[in-house]
Amino acid sequence: MTVDTRPGTATVTVTVTVNGRPHTRQVPARTLLVHLIRQELALTGTTVGCDTSSCGACTVLLDGRSAKSCTLLAAQADGAEIGTVEGLADGDRLHPVQESFREHHALQCGFCTPGMVLAAVSLLAEHPGPLTEQEVRRGLTGNLCRCTGYHNIVRAVLAVDAARHAG
Amino acid sequence: MIPAHLRYRRAGDLTEALRLRREHGDLLRPLAGGQSLLPALKLRRDAVDTLLDLGRLTELSYVTAHGDHLAIGALTRYHLLLTDPLVERHAPILAAAAAAVGDPQVRHAGTVGGALAQADPAADLPTALVALAATAVLTSVDGTRLVPVAELAVAPGVTVCRPDELLTEVRVPLPGPRRWSYRTFARPALEWSLVAVAVADGRIALAGMDRTIRRATAVERALAEGAGPVAAAAYADRDCEPADDLRGSADYRRHLSRVLVARALADPVEERR
Repeated sequence: MTVDTRPGTATVTVTVTVNGRPHTRQVPARTLLVHLIRQELALTGTTVGCDTSSCGACTVLLDGRSAKSCTLLAAQADGAEIGTVEGLADGDRLHPVQESFREHHALQCGFCTPGMVLAAVSLLAEHPGPLTEQEVRRGLTGNLCRCTGYHNIVRAVLAVDAARHAG
Repeated sequence: MIPAHLRYRRAGDLTEALRLRREHGDLLRPLAGGQSLLPALKLRRDAVDTLLDLGRLTELSYVTAHGDHLAIGALTRYHLLLTDPLVERHAPILAAAAAAVGDPQVRHAGTVGGALAQADPAADLPTALVALAATAVLTSVDGTRLVPVAELAVAPGVTVCRPDELLTEVRVPLPGPRRWSYRTFARPALEWSLVAVAVADGRIALAGMDRTIRRATAVERALAEGAGPVAAAAYADRDCEPADDLRGSADYRRHLSRVLVARALADPVEERR
């Protein structure tokens, strides 16, 4: 019998805290973070659009900052705090960004919406504002909307920014 | 999908990472942010036996001023360069180049060292580092050696980093440039730069114009001999062999290089320090 002296392992034990709840799973090393979230944890609000790091549908918060979960291994997120769209609302109360998307009709088919909302949450958290339209558009360059509903998405994010500065 | 046979090893700190590199060499591929490497693995453009995850090496995330140079840890993420006060003061061209990388999500994960190790001929941050005459620090269990960033890449995806080494730091000479400019032309929706130009005082670096990022030495020489921006920029593509592919023809890249160099030279940022 030959002994495998190669470094590393074909499976990895990953512990992540998702929306405040800790989870531990053993997964194949190649498992992407988005597949851990969708298939192992059954949180299907995070979608996979392009699987090439272009569209941003798979955006989650990794330790508070937006990241593309199709371009991270689940193993890389070991020990991290992850936020998905399922964790934004407080019971029946939508998160202000979600509420603003609803108010401004910032979604059509809805496929890009979870990633778009989380990219906006990250943008607002990183920039104390007030944000210009240009800054919001630049801040959302990592997210594509195939329905091309960008105008209302930008309006929705600007409204959240304006509301927090109005006090 | 990434191939099913992939294996994974996480290094707890730099000492362990260097020991593993010495023991296993090419079996291990260092994984920093993964923003270029993971897409390449999915597309089977790259093949890896075992990924050596460096994500826990937080000791390699820093920007520090040391008299004659600014030291940037290899695992410093792009987004940190956008707001770092030392970068702003000494080398704001690095923030300009980092801002041109991908999108916010990619900048949250991608690292300075990862960009250099990938040796992409169109990468933004390495282009600025070549113009700054920066030096890469390569570390093994035996110690460190210094390699100019301009000599780090030898072909697309290939560097002089040995299988037992890790790229641990980049050093930018101080004082930083008094005049600088960063210009890039990319197609929208996250395409890489077709051509990018970084100017730092008399040094000009070109991305997307050859198999590696390179200095535009003919332009530098013309400027030193007193040529104006437009006349000097006419030499931008001299001795270059740009790719001719679906994203742009070689002629188009040559044209872009002359236009971007002229604009970069005509309208630099002037620092008062």
